[in-house]
Amino acid sequence: MQPSGTKVKVADVAARTEAVVAAHGHLEGPLLPILHAVQDEFGFVPQDSLPVIAKALNISNAEAHGVATFYHDYRSAPAGRHVLKLCQAEACQAMGSDKVAAMVKSALGIGFHETAADGSVTLEPVYCLGLCACAPAAMLDGEVVGRVDADAIDGMLAEVRL
Amino acid sequence: MTATIYIPKDSGALALGADKVARAAEREIAARGLDARIVRTGSRGMFWLEPVVEVSTPEGRVAYGPVKAGDVASLFEADFTAGTRHPLWLGDPEKIPFISRQTRLTFARCGIVDPLSLDDYKAHGGLRGLNMALTLTPSDVVQTVTDSGLRGRGGAGFPTGIKWKTVADQVADRKYIVCNADEGDSATFADRMIMEGDPFVLIEGMAIAGIATGATKGYVYIRSEYPHAVATMTAAIEIARAAGILGPAILGSPNAFDMEVRVGAGAYVCGEETSLLNSLEGKRGVVRAKPPLPAIQGLFGRPTVINNVISLASVPVILDRGAAFYKDFGLGRSRGTIPIQIAGNVRHGGLFEAAFGMTLGEIVNDIGGGTATGRPVKAVQVGGPLGAYFPPDLFDTPFDYEAFAARDGLIGHAGITVFDDSADMLRQARFAMEFCAIESCGKCTPCRIGSTRGVETIDKIAAGIQPEKNLALVADLCNTMKFGSLCALGGFTPYPVMSAINHFPQDFAPRSVAEAAE
Repeated sequence: MQPSGTKVKVADVAARTEAVVAAHGHLEGPLLPILHAVQDEFGFVPQDSLPVIAKALNISNAEAHGVATFYHDYRSAPAGRHVLKLCQAEACQAMGSDKVAAMVKSALGIGFHETAADGSVTLEPVYCLGLCACAPAAMLDGEVVGRVDADAIDGMLAEVRL
Repeated sequence: MTATIYIPKDSGALALGADKVARAAEREIAARGLDARIVRTGSRGMFWLEPVVEVSTPEGRVAYGPVKAGDVASLFEADFTAGTRHPLWLGDPEKIPFISRQTRLTFARCGIVDPLSLDDYKAHGGLRGLNMALTLTPSDVVQTVTDSGLRGRGGAGFPTGIKWKTVADQVADRKYIVCNADEGDSATFADRMIMEGDPFVLIEGMAIAGIATGATKGYVYIRSEYPHAVATMTAAIEIARAAGILGPAILGSPNAFDMEVRVGAGAYVCGEETSLLNSLEGKRGVVRAKPPLPAIQGLFGRPTVINNVISLASVPVILDRGAAFYKDFGLGRSRGTIPIQIAGNVRHGGLFEAAFGMTLGEIVNDIGGGTATGRPVKAVQVGGPLGAYFPPDLFDTPFDYEAFAARDGLIGHAGITVFDDSADMLRQARFAMEFCAIESCGKCTPCRIGSTRGVETIDKIAAGIQPEKNLALVADLCNTMKFGSLCALGGFTPYPVMSAINHFPQDFAPRSVAEAAE
């Protein structure tokens, strides 16, 4: 599912990761900020970046791998050009988030945690955006959307297909 | 005179189009050559009316809402900056019953001020608590918080003053104040609203906690699902540091305190205090066994106060107005006010800060106005994904830590999700187990394995496979999870599951396999 043109060379990963680590080395407990910054840099956390981080922080490769895989946010592969998150938590369930999810999945032909074959969009569930008084809620590329209805879905789908 | 137009930039308002409204207002101001400025605020918390646009008039604020971008031209046409009538006119926002019925102590400024204006903050009573704290001894500050009766607003309800005293009593080279802003519970958004709408109050509360306990460094751990809160909090900390509220000499005093924002990475369990500490240290967000308590060995092994956003944000008003003032609100052992978040399928969803003691029925029906769909209320879940489902039969339960515990529930972070009669409670029970399985940190067996077995067993009940035997099995499993889990994730998942089974047995009658698999 990896979109073409996003392959990164190993040496390049190492150099860019080292720069990220250097920028965060002064922090207490720097691993999460580093992983966030690495993901911002590459769009995902490349497997090859982990030994570089581990060496710099004097932790084992296993520890770095363990942390990177514990958290839902860190991707092991690039996402699509757009990321659409649909809230599936209780307050949104009470307002029909399951129907929203079904409509979006059917329109895009993908399920949760999948990326469209053309690399346009990755669809993810999210458990609460704190928009529970205007449910159901979604987040498209960091922009929040409340009271998602058929029109809002059409709008979001039009945007991801651009 | 320059007219002032207030438009919220709270995430809830943004999700309903507040930025489009602001852009439309800018265009109208430019096109009409008006002498007007736009101030972006937090939200007052009336989400059925968002985006709410307010204007300043000599008689006070006048509100309009819900305003869509397409309504903006007509507002200007009606000369709304003078507070004139318009179909969207709401009048004085303070007189809207949803607001006038509240007791806003912690949220006094939220939705009114520019969140990043220190002048606004001071003009509305900001920094008075911190200034008071600087005139007291640290132990008097701790005593004031203890006397106020403030209990942890994150859900556990532990007395805040006692936690602070434990940290204050430790001798260490370094102590920490950690603010738990990993507000992952569905139906809760009070932390988000404060961080987006009045971030200085949290900074002030943390600085007071630092003075009281001898801690010099603070962290706000904010979930990554809240990018706007992260941005506002980060900007506010920089402003506070530049103004000398944070740094080596708080407001010129000998007390040092500084803080920074840390962003979570999408793990619900990191809202549990010990896994949050592990996460801050750069580890997997796995729960730690207690003891040692974080107050004695917390972040990096140092004594650490770890409090919820609302607990810390309630401290400035307690220092400013006094412990007795705060304690005067509430009932029993639940003192002060609590920001109740009314969400889900509800007509008037939003944030309602009130003294403890209102009944659940008043909150859902009088304040919330019943369901958004207009159908009868079937159930309300109180306290997020780990809270119990209450049927309308129990709507006489007063909002109070002990009263909810007595009815096998919890108030948690005070979020209430309303469901109408189309809700399927077996499905809700199954989701509680499924969510626990997705979010379990994996450290203890009852949570890690029990949640998955729970999903499977509930699926069997749905499929009509030995329903009585399997219901007994779920009850037994819940018992094991409740008493055998290390933290509230595994330990409290039984609340939604068992309350759904006990209060809505009809939903656990056999059904078709196809339906259950959906």
